[in-house]
Amino acid sequence: MNTATDTLERTKISVKNLNFYYGKFHALKNINLEIPENKVTAFIGPSGCGKSTLLRIFNRMFELYPEQRAEGEILLDGENLLTSKKDVALLRAKVGMVFQKPTPFPMSIFDNIAFGVKLFDSLNTTDMEERVEWALRKAALWTEVKDKLNQSGSSLSGGQQQRLCIARGIAIKPEVLLLDEPCSALDPISTAKVEELITELKNDYTVVIVTHNMQQAARCSDYTAYMYLGDLMEFGSTEQMFFKPTRKETEDYITGRFG
Amino acid sequence: MMSKDAVLTSPVNEQAREARYAKRKLVNRVALTMSLMAMAFGLFWLTWILYETVRLGVGGLTMDTLSQMTPPPNEVGGLANAIYGSFLMVTLAALVGTPIGVMAGIYLAEFDTKGWLASTTRFVNDILLSAPSIVIGLFVYAVVVTRFKAFSGYAGIVALAIIVIPVVIRTTENMLQLVPPGLREAAYALGAPKWKVILNITLRAARAGVVTGVLLAVARIAGETAPLLFTALSNQFWTSSLSQPMASLPVTIFKFAMSPYENWQKLAWAGVFIITLAVLGLNILARVLTRSKI
Repeated sequence: MNTATDTLERTKISVKNLNFYYGKFHALKNINLEIPENKVTAFIGPSGCGKSTLLRIFNRMFELYPEQRAEGEILLDGENLLTSKKDVALLRAKVGMVFQKPTPFPMSIFDNIAFGVKLFDSLNTTDMEERVEWALRKAALWTEVKDKLNQSGSSLSGGQQQRLCIARGIAIKPEVLLLDEPCSALDPISTAKVEELITELKNDYTVVIVTHNMQQAARCSDYTAYMYLGDLMEFGSTEQMFFKPTRKETEDYITGRFG
Repeated sequence: MMSKDAVLTSPVNEQAREARYAKRKLVNRVALTMSLMAMAFGLFWLTWILYETVRLGVGGLTMDTLSQMTPPPNEVGGLANAIYGSFLMVTLAALVGTPIGVMAGIYLAEFDTKGWLASTTRFVNDILLSAPSIVIGLFVYAVVVTRFKAFSGYAGIVALAIIVIPVVIRTTENMLQLVPPGLREAAYALGAPKWKVILNITLRAARAGVVTGVLLAVARIAGETAPLLFTALSNQFWTSSLSQPMASLPVTIFKFAMSPYENWQKLAWAGVFIITLAVLGLNILARVLTRSKI
């Protein structure tokens, strides 16, 4: 690893004293975390530790459910997104998200991607076609679907559907991509493709990925955060976390003695 | 009684297991036989109804049935005005009832799932859903017909629409609730506003089910007699004016089938055949639509 570039890293998302509640349940406890730009950051930890919860605060997804509430600060490029007066749609255009289960919309492959683009940009037909192709190429799906763009999105295989969802997120040109266990419903070959894609994507985007798969975190992330019961136990470079974690709990979880 | 340890450590009793399994198989066979008998009972009556409808209906079905007006007793005629009246009133009632029902269903499934307004709406809707259609007919008679001092196609449409609405509300709500929450979240995550998520994603994902609900509602009102008796009444002649009393198939069948005149009875059976065919067609269409995946 090049230490010179490390020091030049810019923080994209900075979490400060974040607390999160599901009704009365205190799900995240005083989280402090800095997510660097153009890197892949992985959240690991046993089920129920709050890693998906944390991810869903970054694009204010939790606001869909009135009983959920966040306190503290999350600075995206220095601006607190929790108290921002800007429309939440503009935040979500900047911070894209891909879910655990592939969720193709009930429309054609082309429209699956155009749907999001149309929300923010008014493009003519040629520009839209270009944008769709660009997004599908970025998601390494273009060669597989270029002859059937008018077919339904759900006609694709699970792995292709997930890459379609990634393409859909990329198409609106976000700055951050949140991936919530994107491979848990996929077979090993599709997983390998998505992982390869994640490594590609960090050249242009800040990627945050939640995963249950230690090897996945080790393979494709630059930084890893270990969470347990709503606490951020340890955060550091993936190399350091996997080879010489400072806390015993982290080591136990990573080596499989716990969790 | 054995001690707890003895139960846990004693060897598996193969014979007891076999006996248990034999008994289970017997119960299974009895239950299956009873289910099959219940099915045969239902099918028997359905087939008989269809058989009689076809046997008596096809006989009365001629070109005149489709082109001539309802005749006086013992004269040649058809059902053209009744078919047209039914078609017009059912179509317009569906056109009035569907948007109201779909929008209310959207409200219940997407906007207010647990609030008091939703619970009240659901409760009232359930009552409306099971209200006897004659009650609705009398209600429209009291509210529309007596006020305007005339039986009319409009009153018939109002009565039929009131029957359509609760059916469509219920199916729309149920179908929207079947849409996986992940699909909604995915759309919101792209920054889509709520109305776009509902219109382009959830309603679209549920469209086959919603259309089925509308078709089933249409199938139901196509055969309703009671709400039309006090509202649209009937008409011996062709009329396109909705402010006039209007003929319909069910009311004509009711009137003709009870009469002593043979030609009327024949036409009544022809009408029954036409309605059955239409309802059967709608049901099949509904089936096909629900089967086709998104």
